[in-house]
Amino acid sequence: MKIGVVTFPGSLDDHDARRAVRFGGAEPVALWHADADLHGVDAVILPGGFSYGDYLRAGAIARFAPVMDKLVPAAQGGLPVLGICNGFQVLCESHLLPGALIRNDHRKFVCTDQWLRVENAETAWTSEFEHGQKILVALKNGEGSYVADEATLDQLEGERRVAFRYLGGNPNGSYRGIAGVTNDRGNVVGLMPHPEHCVEPGFGPSNDGLAFFTSVLHSLVNA
Amino acid sequence: MNDNIIQAPSTESLDTVARAGQDADAVQPWAALGLKEDEYAQIREILRRRPTSAELAMYSVMWSEHCSYKSSKVHLRRFGDLPQETPLGKQLAGIGENAGVVDIGQGWAVTFKIESHNHPSYIEPHQGAATGIGGIVRDIMAMGARPIAVMDPLRFGAIDHPDTLRVLPGVVSGIGGYGNCLGLPNIGGEVVFDPCYQGNPLVNALCVGALRHEDLHLAAATGVGNKVVLFGAKTGGDGIGGVSVLASETFDSAGPTKRPSVQVGDPFAEKVLIECCLDLYAAGVVDGIQDLGGAGLSCATSELASAGDGGMTIELDRVPLRDATLRPEEILMSESQERMMAVVEPARLDEFMAITDRWDVEATVLGEVTDGTHLIITWRGEVIVDVPPRSVAHDGPVYERPLARPEYLDALQADSAASLLRPSTSGELREHLLAVLGSPNICDKSWITDQYDRYVRGNTSLAMPDDAGVVRVDESTGLGVALSTDCNGRFAQLDPYAGAQHALAESYRNVATTGALPIAVSDCLNFGSPEDPGVMWQFSQAVDGIIDGCRAFGIPVTGGNVSFYNQTGETAIHPTPVLAVLGVIDDVARRTPSAWAASGLYLFQLGATREELDGSEWSLVAHRHLGGVPPVVDLDAERALASVLIDGARGGVFASAHDLSQGGLAVALMESVLRHGIGAQISLSDDVFVDLFAESAARAVVAVTPGQADALASLCETHGVEMAAIGVTSDEVDGLIIEGVDDLSLADLSSAYTATLPAIFG
Repeated sequence: MKIGVVTFPGSLDDHDARRAVRFGGAEPVALWHADADLHGVDAVILPGGFSYGDYLRAGAIARFAPVMDKLVPAAQGGLPVLGICNGFQVLCESHLLPGALIRNDHRKFVCTDQWLRVENAETAWTSEFEHGQKILVALKNGEGSYVADEATLDQLEGERRVAFRYLGGNPNGSYRGIAGVTNDRGNVVGLMPHPEHCVEPGFGPSNDGLAFFTSVLHSLVNA
Repeated sequence: MNDNIIQAPSTESLDTVARAGQDADAVQPWAALGLKEDEYAQIREILRRRPTSAELAMYSVMWSEHCSYKSSKVHLRRFGDLPQETPLGKQLAGIGENAGVVDIGQGWAVTFKIESHNHPSYIEPHQGAATGIGGIVRDIMAMGARPIAVMDPLRFGAIDHPDTLRVLPGVVSGIGGYGNCLGLPNIGGEVVFDPCYQGNPLVNALCVGALRHEDLHLAAATGVGNKVVLFGAKTGGDGIGGVSVLASETFDSAGPTKRPSVQVGDPFAEKVLIECCLDLYAAGVVDGIQDLGGAGLSCATSELASAGDGGMTIELDRVPLRDATLRPEEILMSESQERMMAVVEPARLDEFMAITDRWDVEATVLGEVTDGTHLIITWRGEVIVDVPPRSVAHDGPVYERPLARPEYLDALQADSAASLLRPSTSGELREHLLAVLGSPNICDKSWITDQYDRYVRGNTSLAMPDDAGVVRVDESTGLGVALSTDCNGRFAQLDPYAGAQHALAESYRNVATTGALPIAVSDCLNFGSPEDPGVMWQFSQAVDGIIDGCRAFGIPVTGGNVSFYNQTGETAIHPTPVLAVLGVIDDVARRTPSAWAASGLYLFQLGATREELDGSEWSLVAHRHLGGVPPVVDLDAERALASVLIDGARGGVFASAHDLSQGGLAVALMESVLRHGIGAQISLSDDVFVDLFAESAARAVVAVTPGQADALASLCETHGVEMAAIGVTSDEVDGLIIEGVDDLSLADLSSAYTATLPAIFG
């Protein structure tokens, strides 16, 4: 199985995401923002970082990268896509996921070890978790506050599309403590914390991130 | 006529070499540019004519204290007397290069360097600190290395001074904003508050990079006909200091004259530049490379040319500009960030340009290497600079500044902490422990460090608040490096020689505490005015202290930085020689963390405690006192302790190890309890106060499983290190129970520790 990791200028965690893919048992493929196709990968990760410097609005310019012209329809057609941090912002800007990510309510960048509750263990990226499972992952963002209008939030809750919620304190003021959401098909998942930093003992706060990368393998094999 | 149209400067008023040969007596603003009369005369002597305004600008900035080290050079040369070898072999590059390079084994090398960005950070805290990171990262890139981590030792004035409220948040946001966007984990540093830094905060930045031996690049322009390429950001009017004098005094004042003198950083541009450089190195298309930092193109062209074997021609009007009105002198001086200069063989130029294109990095051929001996710079076809490059880059003035032991020192040293009132009851001891724990220099710094990304790149094994940061270099073997930066300016104020050795010893000890073998040093020497003989004496003493310390440890100084003029009026900062020690660890999986994470571990103190309270954190917190003489420096004892810590880590002896320094055993124990919430029961000698608060050097507190106690005893015996059982860890103990001291619950410790910074900074 091949999992593509897109590098935009300014991507930082692409290297780590490729390592996490390898640890999960798949073959990582480096995709370039200017690529005209997806090189036949079976799933795609949009990694963390500051694509194009995030100078306009986080993720706003990356949305227009050539590789996104192929990625958006593929995701709409069921290709598993995981957006982490800046990747989550790109997914929201691309309208593959609802809502938006704005500046943290305390107006500072925050890097901390964060507990999450798994709210949906049936997506392509979460099937190896248990519903309600508590996991510890690295969190680091400056524009990580998830916001959406009330109707959208109610819809997300009603359709069980809130994939993760913060536990033990809300680190950035996200509405309803939402840390990650999924699309209605469950193939596109975006989250603010960084599971790719939690796949190897001794590096990062836990090993809890590994299940994201084994989940997608599992769902691809069963597809 | 429309006055609002910005026009490029005309060539009419251009000061050319031809003109300089004719009007020898033209009045030049050399004094306003910071040159002394004899220095100006020296320039005329070198050129056998008056300098052009462009040449004057180049010399003035390259001969400044910051670039030429004119006051420190005579002392820094003594570092060269140290053997240029680490415990792992010869240095691959040493002092004089952008950064020293040391072999860490398995074909890997590491380069690291620490620099100051103190003055810009006081004027404009966010950009000053941000561009400090940017500059040190480019130094590391220029050696052919991939930057892998940064650290920031910071010093501010009194925590409750209004200026600290302005400076600290700006500095922290600048470091975080730039470093986070660059994708470099920030793995440690220091935060110190002292009124002596009120008008002169110290913002030091360290970067470490890794490279394979064969990828080492040096800054030299060799090979006649090779192209000189400027790449990266466009050049703007930022970071021009003295040259605004030239723009306003020598020339018509039509254009903008007062330029901001603090550079503005663009971390996105630097991130792209890093990846672009690494691709250029991998393709083998770079012959020589130099970053553009202080003194901009003046520095890069003169240093590249003087390190080569020929001359260089540069067409200055080819430099891509953000501001078309910049005068040639300003273009030469601009310290615009995120720029590099490479020397490229003509046959490889297309390949070079293809790579810069891929990263959307602008690259421009400015000129080429010649078989001449001069650096010749033209503008619009006219020669405006024609100089021997070495005279600009290396042959600046060297001063033997007078030095004298300050008169106040005798009285200061006589005023020992021995006379201070000590806590006598168990209740008073508890109160003093909590007061020290919550004091600005000891308290929880996560308000600051949580604004830095410590996880990016996935190789961070230890980071603040561990004693040293540890990052993995090679994923396949686990080979990694440990780094610590330290200085206790209070000790250095009492005795700069001993203070510098304490800084070195503490940094060395911190690195060894993780289990890494210390192999090399970089230093950032922050002092007051070199024109004050007392300051110059402090500086010379500190240099001697470092040299004697390095000789005892068998490790070289691979590079560093001097920051003078950190003083307001007659009052200088405490001498603050910040020492960065680099260590190597064969497998980071075996590194020792600073805090215990389990119950039932035996706790031992390694090393001897003396009644040493002068300059201590306790004397500061309890009595606002600074006086006496620093604790004894015992370099043999430090080496012995390090051997126990390193051998023990290799043998899997330690569950944790924490160095004892500021705040002594008291702080080490309290921090260790707080880290994972596992309590401890402690029993000390009859003099609990001295045991807890003395700051004797060459000590650590370690935790071992009961089964490893004999192995530890045997290691201590082998290396001659004193060892004392002081207690056990226990999850049934709430916080810290010390015999003779009222109990300290976890909740009490935690609220004292965490409240301080949020109470001030929100």
